[in-house]
Amino acid sequence: MPEMTYLEAIRQALWQEMKRDERVFLLGEDIGVYGGAFGLTHGMLDEFGPERVRETPISEATIVATAVGASLLGMRPVAEIMFMDFVLLALDQIANQAAKMRFMFGGRTSVPIVVRMPGGSGTGAASQHSQSLESILMHFPGLKVVNPSTPYDAKGLMLAAIRDPNPVCFVEHKVLYKTKGEVPEDDYTIPIGVAEVKRAGRDITVVANNIMVMKTLHIAERLAQDGIEVEVIDPRTLLPLDTETIINSVTKTGRLLVVHEACQTGGWAGEVIASVVGSPAFDYLDTPVRRLGGRDIPIPYNRGLEKFAIPQDADIEAEIRMMVSGKV
Amino acid sequence: MAKPKVKEINTQADFDERVRRLELSDETLIGLYRTMCTVRHFEYTADRLYAAGKVHGTMHLSAGQEAVAAGTRLALQPDDYLINHHRGHGHFIAKGADVNLMMAEFLGKDTGFNHGRGGSMHIADFQSNNLGANGIVGGGIPQAVGVGLALQMQRRKEICVCIFGDGASNEGVFHEALNMASLWKLPILYICENNKYGMSMDVERVVAKLPIAQRAEAYGIPWSTVDGNAVVEVYEAIKEAADHVRAGNGPYFVEALTYRYFGHSKSDRNLYRSKEEIEDWKQNRDPIMRFTKHLLQAEVFNEEQAQEVDAQAEQVILKAVEFAEASPEPDLSTLMDYIYA
Ligand SMILES: Cc1ncc(C[n+]2csc(CCOP(=O)(O)OP(=O)(O)O)c2C)c(N)n1
Ligand SMILES: [Mg+2]
Repeated sequence: MPEMTYLEAIRQALWQEMKRDERVFLLGEDIGVYGGAFGLTHGMLDEFGPERVRETPISEATIVATAVGASLLGMRPVAEIMFMDFVLLALDQIANQAAKMRFMFGGRTSVPIVVRMPGGSGTGAASQHSQSLESILMHFPGLKVVNPSTPYDAKGLMLAAIRDPNPVCFVEHKVLYKTKGEVPEDDYTIPIGVAEVKRAGRDITVVANNIMVMKTLHIAERLAQDGIEVEVIDPRTLLPLDTETIINSVTKTGRLLVVHEACQTGGWAGEVIASVVGSPAFDYLDTPVRRLGGRDIPIPYNRGLEKFAIPQDADIEAEIRMMVSGKV
Repeated sequence: MAKPKVKEINTQADFDERVRRLELSDETLIGLYRTMCTVRHFEYTADRLYAAGKVHGTMHLSAGQEAVAAGTRLALQPDDYLINHHRGHGHFIAKGADVNLMMAEFLGKDTGFNHGRGGSMHIADFQSNNLGANGIVGGGIPQAVGVGLALQMQRRKEICVCIFGDGASNEGVFHEALNMASLWKLPILYICENNKYGMSMDVERVVAKLPIAQRAEAYGIPWSTVDGNAVVEVYEAIKEAADHVRAGNGPYFVEALTYRYFGHSKSDRNLYRSKEEIEDWKQNRDPIMRFTKHLLQAEVFNEEQAQEVDAQAEQVILKAVEFAEASPEPDLSTLMDYIYA
């Protein structure tokens, strides 16, 4: 299987789908010659031309609205929001419009759009270009929120997202763009709404998303040497959330830790924890459930400060060791 | 760019000349009259149902603005797309929406256009390319860019008509959308239905420079203003604009000056305008009254025939109420339906 980066995997999905389905087109700021702020759409303008790689003014709300309107006439737009932070300018079109149109109109239409947005800190982009806002997007029924952590998942989920008849927010992570993994050349999809057990283990369930999956897997290897077996679950889709896989896992391990980069207060860990403690898995818990989210601060610029605004390897490891030892 | 001055009251001679030049048959004119009467009966009936406690939610009635809906529709092709705003009953009726299904939706019934999920503010009829009204002021304006873009990419000849109020022109997306529509030469006809107020705010208090339509000029979009209470003038202005758009020249912007009779919505106590002002519009500039006078003088119909058309329109609405009242409520077991496709 060819190795490629997370960024290349997403590009390949877009590329292949545009070849396969002429209703698919891209729109966003600087996605043409520039290739997008991160180069993700590099080369696509040459291949597909300016009509299908449509460069827009700096008008986030209308970028998403354009996708919405075009989808009502049978198109399959994929809109790019340059940085996830800017999705706040388009939130009306996502939350009040796209997410609700099918419902308000009594099921007589659907809004098959994808809105791509890279989130996350770690690049020194400071407070307005580093947020992890996925938890906000989970609050709008009608929307789907997808959040891949590996190149393989990124391609499969992107193909699924474009083919999904509903509006999908596709949350990428800037630090993951350069990570590599095996990605099949062929067409495959990963079902939206299905979590994956990235590593099986009997002692504790850690639910994590995007870069936290990578970090946790890394720590799990180290802990295994000390006899601690960590089960790592990547929800992959945050809305709808696959609580069943998580509940089953906790029933087995008796311990639950949720790790995410998003600010802890109001973060999606709360949602996972509420689902578990309100389920029969509660009776199987050996320790209190815990969460480890980003600090409740805007992301700082300074390298050192930025790093410590979100959970670090050592934090995750310490949490797991504490929970497994029962000294919570 | 053509910038016709709004003439407040057109004379009979004006009217006759226009009808001749535009080659409007008696049948067409009576059709316009029928549409306007139907809209007005719908709105007054809606108000009555509301007063009788039969309506659960809010509503935004367009009585007084009927000429915009009727004149616009006549200037369009049946397949043209419509995206409109919360005060949309008239546009739907003019576009040929089934009033039974509208009334059922208004009463929240399962037989309504949206199975009772939308109500007055969100009626849509996808079968007649009516893509729905919007409860977010200005929300549909940028979506029209997407509809126009799809029409352009699909090489189709239909156009997208996007109707909104004066207040909506102060939303940021208005400016984003006009810029993009013009840049890409999209087949969009923007119609600003200026009824003088956005809720309680007089346009004079919220728009830095009038007319609103001149904002289009900043984006290179041709524009005009029209007396929105003179149905044939509306037709002419919209026809000219629609022809321009359909010919592939990009968007056009028309501002129709009109007036709403009812309060903004159910909570309005009309404290921001005088009774005299409302009466003046009703007595001297009512779109249906003016049109009726012209048609009588031009002998398109006589008093009796006029009353008959009006009575027929009323019957259609009363039947719609019967249909809606006899319709079932949505079953509670369907609460979670229609969220995802
Ligand atoms: C984004 C948004 N802001 C405010 C409102 C509340 N609101 C509903 S209609 C309205 C006035 C709109 O005025 P206009 O655009 O002139 O339309 P009209 O009601 O006069 O037809 C307001 C303030 C809303 N629904 N959406
Ligand atoms: Mg108004």
